[in-house]
Amino acid sequence: MEPVLAAVIGLFYAVSIYLMLSKHIIRILLGVAIFSNAVNLTIFTAGRIVREVPPIIPEGLEVLDKVAANPLPQALILTAIVISFSFFAFLLVLAFRAYQDLDTDDTDGMRLAEPKGEDLPPLGY
Amino acid sequence: MAQNAAEAADLAHALVLAPTSAADWVVVAPVAIPIVAGALLMMLRHETRWHAGLAIGALLATFLSNVLLLHRVLTDGPLVMTMGRWLPPFGISFAADVLGASLALVATLVALVGAVYAIADIGTVGRRYGFYPFLMLMMAGVGGAFLTGDIFNLYVWFEVFLISSFGLLVLGSEHPQLDGTTKYAILNLIGTTLFLITVSLLYGAFGTLNMADIARKAGNFRETAPLTTLAALFLLAFGMKAAAFPVNFWLPASYHTPRIVTAALFGGVLTKVGVYALLRTLVMLFPLERDMLSCLIAWGAAATMIIGIMGALAQTDIRRVLGFVVISGVGVMLAGLALGTAEGLSGTIFYAFHSMIVMTALYLLAGVMNGLAGDYSLRSLSGFYASHPLVAAFALLLMLAAAGLPPASGLWPKVLLVRAAIDTGWPWLAFAILATGLLTTLALGRMFLLAIWRMPSGPAPVSAISPRLGYIALGVLALPVLLIGLYPEPVIAVAERAAAGILDSSTYIGSVFPEGAVQ
Repeated sequence: MEPVLAAVIGLFYAVSIYLMLSKHIIRILLGVAIFSNAVNLTIFTAGRIVREVPPIIPEGLEVLDKVAANPLPQALILTAIVISFSFFAFLLVLAFRAYQDLDTDDTDGMRLAEPKGEDLPPLGY
Repeated sequence: MAQNAAEAADLAHALVLAPTSAADWVVVAPVAIPIVAGALLMMLRHETRWHAGLAIGALLATFLSNVLLLHRVLTDGPLVMTMGRWLPPFGISFAADVLGASLALVATLVALVGAVYAIADIGTVGRRYGFYPFLMLMMAGVGGAFLTGDIFNLYVWFEVFLISSFGLLVLGSEHPQLDGTTKYAILNLIGTTLFLITVSLLYGAFGTLNMADIARKAGNFRETAPLTTLAALFLLAFGMKAAAFPVNFWLPASYHTPRIVTAALFGGVLTKVGVYALLRTLVMLFPLERDMLSCLIAWGAAATMIIGIMGALAQTDIRRVLGFVVISGVGVMLAGLALGTAEGLSGTIFYAFHSMIVMTALYLLAGVMNGLAGDYSLRSLSGFYASHPLVAAFALLLMLAAAGLPPASGLWPKVLLVRAAIDTGWPWLAFAILATGLLTTLALGRMFLLAIWRMPSGPAPVSAISPRLGYIALGVLALPVLLIGLYPEPVIAVAERAAAGILDSSTYIGSVFPEGAVQ
């Protein structure tokens, strides 16, 4: 199972990096969304994948009696999903607002903060 | 009854049974107070006249709790508190050592001064948009990052202060801000996601996320796990957060766009969190791997210093000059990380204290000059020496501090770093640090020459706003700069203890896992 998932994750990373290398904000954002999903799958795989029961201790026992699935990666992924979702929502709004106000989603055209051909500072009085 | 006793004994293996003493709550207070205050301020969104008072009160409380925490850490050693009573490594630990506690203290001081300055700088509209709640949540994230003992938790705190910093950065929504924030947000999000990838690979190899647990187990995994890869990924991810060359382009694109007090806090605090995370992971968790990467880190450090300060030489806008000075300071700090000796690391830590205070003060100084003359450009600013001698005095002291000249605080960390570089046998790194000092003197000296000394071309600008609040803020920051410059011994002692604490992590590990805990 792990090799298959590793290949899928590799594909995710490749696609997301390809998209993030684009000049257009919207493609970069799609890349970021896929990137964060690739990370979630990485955490999932890093926690070892087993076809086992949920980690619930049966009645009358004090410890698990057999190998159980690891619940921690799922908690980590849940945290990461919440965070990356909120960031993605913020970035979408920001990109839309930038598109409306700056009239472009091409990063080459977004030069307001660092204008081209600025004057050098004065060399003397 | 006997069964109950056995059960209690079993529980003692998994849970902290003794209640946490009231005094130990000081570990989480620097995080809890800003979060509560931030939530409260969010609920009082419309009552803008209460915002400043509440935020300053809360930051003052945070500052005092940080003073208490640092005092306790210095006298009793690292202080640990584990959430939810689960014993580490299962519960999330907060572990304050000298490094984390001292950096948290300086960061809170800077934020407190920023909050005071913001009374004048941020008007009702900015407050309605949530300046103070964002500031409080950002400080909660920064404090959490400095004090947590769990690497996934560190990621969460990074995200907490990152999303608050987005809010602060875009506050006002002017066009250059939208432009700058877009670049800042996307590149920083990629940086923290890289950090998360590293954490997941680390978890896959170690099966634990507790930093003390990772530090004590690292030796067992050297043969089987790709620890050097993990260290290199940490270097890339945190190097991006710290604005190290060549992954620093988000900083000059964004730091000059927001309100000046926001720029001051970002320039002062945020990059140092990246440097702190580098120290924590590379020095404490993976020391041997840091050794392997040290040459790479050293070249990165030298490039960051030199290219950063050369960028500053080419700028006309004071805020952009300062953005590049921040970058070159990060390079100086990375030099100590590359050296990895006790002296080099204490130089790095000392430089972080110094840089937090001085960079914030320099940005606030730019804000005061803008308040008086209405501009940030070196072309038009002039004549402050004649019209406002106090501004000139602050500018001179802060310029000397940033360039590393006596009598200000920048001298001593550079002395430590240069000596460590020569002792290690890397004179070229010492040369890079000294050359950076010279170029910083040129860049900021020109600023002093043009904006302060140059005779005004027209009549002196008359400003309606009194810079009194700015003078208070600058005074509070300039005092430690001068005092540390004149009498650096106590700060050097703290920095040395902080460096010793991460170089030999046995005390840190011992305080997270006291005798009798499950192995």
